[in-house]
Amino acid sequence: MSESTTTTPLLEVRDLRVSFKSRAGTVNAVDGVSFSVGAGETLGIVGESGSGKSVSMLAVLGLIDNPNCVIEGEALFKGRDLLTMGDDELRAIRGADIAMIFQDPMTALTPVYTAGWHISEQIRAHEKVSKKAALDRAVQLLTAVGIPNAAERVNSYPHEFSGGMRQRVVIAMALSCQPSLLIADEPTTALDVTIQAQILELLKSLQGEFGSSIILITHDMGVVSQMSDRVNVMYGGRLAEAGPRRDVLRNPLHPYTWGLMASIPPTDGSRVARLSAIPGAPISPGDPDRDHCLFSPRCTFASDACRPQPALVEHSQAHFDACVLPFEQRPELRRQMTAVEEVAP
Amino acid sequence: MWRFAGKRALAAVLVLFAISVLVFLIFFATPGSDPAARIAGRNASQETLDQVRASFGFDRPIWIQYGLMMRHLFIDRDLTSFVNRGAQVIPQVTQAIPVTLSLVFGAALIWVLLALVMGVWATAARGTAIDPIILILGVIGVSLPVFWLGEVVNLITQSRLHDSIFAWVPPLGYVPLSDGVGPWALHLLFPWLTLAVLYAGIYARVLRSEMVQSMNEDYVRMARAKGIGETRVLLRHSLRTSLISVVTLFGLDFGALIGGAALLTEVVFGLQGVGKLTYDSLTNFDLPVILACVLYASFFVVFANFLVDLLYAWLDPRVRSV
Amino acid sequence: MTTPSSNSAEPAVLLEARDVVKHFPIRTSQGKQVVQAVSGVSLQVRTGETLGLVGESGCGKSTLGRCLVRLLEPTSGSVFFDGVDITTKSRRELRDLRTGFQMVFQDPYASLNPRRRALATVEEPMLTHSMGSAAEIRERALALLQDVGFDASFADRYPHEFSGGQRQRLGIARALAVGPKLLVADEPVSALDVSIQAQVLNLLDDLQKEHDLTYVFIAHDLAVVHHIADRIGVMYLGELVEVGESTDVYTRPRHPYTQALISAIPVMNDEEETRERIVLTGDLPSPIDKPTGCAFNPRCSYAKDICRTETPVLQRLDDGREVACHFPLTAV
Repeated sequence: MSESTTTTPLLEVRDLRVSFKSRAGTVNAVDGVSFSVGAGETLGIVGESGSGKSVSMLAVLGLIDNPNCVIEGEALFKGRDLLTMGDDELRAIRGADIAMIFQDPMTALTPVYTAGWHISEQIRAHEKVSKKAALDRAVQLLTAVGIPNAAERVNSYPHEFSGGMRQRVVIAMALSCQPSLLIADEPTTALDVTIQAQILELLKSLQGEFGSSIILITHDMGVVSQMSDRVNVMYGGRLAEAGPRRDVLRNPLHPYTWGLMASIPPTDGSRVARLSAIPGAPISPGDPDRDHCLFSPRCTFASDACRPQPALVEHSQAHFDACVLPFEQRPELRRQMTAVEEVAP
Repeated sequence: MWRFAGKRALAAVLVLFAISVLVFLIFFATPGSDPAARIAGRNASQETLDQVRASFGFDRPIWIQYGLMMRHLFIDRDLTSFVNRGAQVIPQVTQAIPVTLSLVFGAALIWVLLALVMGVWATAARGTAIDPIILILGVIGVSLPVFWLGEVVNLITQSRLHDSIFAWVPPLGYVPLSDGVGPWALHLLFPWLTLAVLYAGIYARVLRSEMVQSMNEDYVRMARAKGIGETRVLLRHSLRTSLISVVTLFGLDFGALIGGAALLTEVVFGLQGVGKLTYDSLTNFDLPVILACVLYASFFVVFANFLVDLLYAWLDPRVRSV
Repeated sequence: MTTPSSNSAEPAVLLEARDVVKHFPIRTSQGKQVVQAVSGVSLQVRTGETLGLVGESGCGKSTLGRCLVRLLEPTSGSVFFDGVDITTKSRRELRDLRTGFQMVFQDPYASLNPRRRALATVEEPMLTHSMGSAAEIRERALALLQDVGFDASFADRYPHEFSGGQRQRLGIARALAVGPKLLVADEPVSALDVSIQAQVLNLLDDLQKEHDLTYVFIAHDLAVVHHIADRIGVMYLGELVEVGESTDVYTRPRHPYTQALISAIPVMNDEEETRERIVLTGDLPSPIDKPTGCAFNPRCSYAKDICRTETPVLQRLDDGREVACHFPLTAV
């Protein structure tokens, strides 16, 4: 993959593979994924269940607590490979230089400790500060993320916050050591849409303030559209398409991306008679036959050329995809696949 | 927190009152049981029966009898036994209480510590061979009947190896704390260990299973993502939340033991505790003693549960707002 | 979806809610309090249409949905199905009426009995209502399974052998077993992946035409509701704040909350974000502690004094739209 910038990327993932061995066989959750994130950049990783989007980031940070898990490949963060680092080294980076937040704010915080305790635990795990100093910083952070009465709320328990507020506490905690990279795994999926809007605004403004890079994992193309500079589309543990946000949204190349976008009801006020749904269901991750395009069983244009597994090819400036269909025909094929009748209002 | 404690205390008092009424009615108001006949003995004449009835107040209405009994029990404290005429009941119970309390507190301390160590170790070593070994040890402990184990312990420490390794083991019986902590503890050492072995196994298993489950929770994953060491995650995040369910179990067992469930241990080790007293009074059908023992037992069960409720609320802040 | 035509004879009202109220008394650390889940909702659903109910957490849409099929007893108010007041019927009478309306639930994992095979799940409602011989019921169940896209091999499977989307389809087949005229669907696609969601939405659309159904479609995703519904009702804190034709409401909202809700939807846009977004401040207030006056006033950027004291009533505007606001936004 060619470098899109001349500077070294902040995080560079090369041929990442994550598999889980069991008596029933091997499950390939992530199957040869490569991408990079630059400083200050936001990368959106889009995919549905089973696409491997979450597992790939958990593997990079060493958060998979499963003895049957095998991780291969490289994940270079500021030049150092996270996958071969020792536990202590990795722990020093986790929470300090790379922070991760998860989907469900209701279950993200140990219920028996206060918000202030959680934030100061993270700070004191990485920096030598007193309890009082850490708590003071916690109050400042809670204010920065927009929690009113921060000085009081710092002593509140997680169950005393609403969903949106709790996610803010989690964000405050994640940013407490000023990480260069924030990985957000579906941070707004469990929240109401007006709260989601608040949280995304918050992430954007904090990014502007702290200059961190963000990897945003989501299934929502709209969220990706709002937040990212670059987009990765994952399917079956592999990259289907990757590129700058504008290019991917305006001229998507991969049939899966077409299908994904067409599955979403239009948000601009127009209506279609019927959604152009992708037929069938995602491939079973335990299926050993993987030497072909994993999307081909559901693809309208599948042919024998879809075997063996297509390589990720760069078409235009930093816009890659893994499909063998002729490049020039894509727009027309897309029209065919997703043709729908618009309904007059 | 205080309002919570207050509410729980009030509930406890009400429960105790209800128990006292219920126990009293069972013993003195069930049709067919004539306490006078028991006291007077078989083939007593009608005059003897009437005399007994009058002197014990059995000819008064039932609620007056209840009032009298309670007064004798708690205020005058001069309740006398039906079997050993004239023997005071309350001193028997008050002498037996410290024995049982010493036995149960000590055993509880040991078994909780053992369970914590075993449970945490088994969780940290999950997936390796150590995990099942620890659990098997626990199962063995649970399966050994306490009276058998106690007798075996006695056999070894009091007779077979008494002259060699276990010469320092004192003879069976209880020594009050006032005689010195050393002798007191030494006399209770083997009773403690015997009782603790039974419970340590169960608690280690419960704790381990709670902890292993909590390791898959989101908040543990979040804690790891913060860059915290695995030991701290295990102890501060996993153990702390797993204790909550263990405490409930502990409340039940602890209360029951104090109330007299340690009977077998007391018998085997010659400790004149409340369990032994209750057993003896049941065989004699000595009603006042039985009544006193049962009331005492229920008081401690309720009180122990009350303390556990408080402990629970201290451990889990979510409970306090209920 | 039928395109509404203003001149044809209006179809009959199939379902009508009149001033439905649902309160839940609860006990908290502050003593006895009341969750005002639904506070006086009136609406009508015409035969053959799809009414979408939209709102966020605490708005009461799911509670209202359950009151409409009397899975919950309304605290007050009435619900009329096909002209019959179902809120006054006894349980026996209600049982017979229930074949007219059914519910599809949100969680495909929790709403199916895990110990019952697929065919049995669909047969059960018919057996309960004695709708024919065992053989006839079996035939009909197999036909329904086919309608929702399963071939015969799925009949003997247990729910845990189905994926989320498949389970949802099974739930729909079950709901159709008794041949209802009305389906109340409570967030039927929220728990599904986007591509599966599209399949299920298409299925619901097909089934509506095939079986002549009327839908009440409850969801929090306004884009999905806009797609499937003919009319949309927007709920906030237990009240209907706006009702109108689907695309009209979506493109020209007249209630400030609807406007903010639409503005909050992340739009898939290849251009730079040029749209002015209204980001509401503050949390969703709790239905225990509703603000005085208009429930939305603390977060409304257009609020005036009267909004804090007087609760606005749902009123019909001249273009047919119903809005509960003292100062409805002007139609652009």
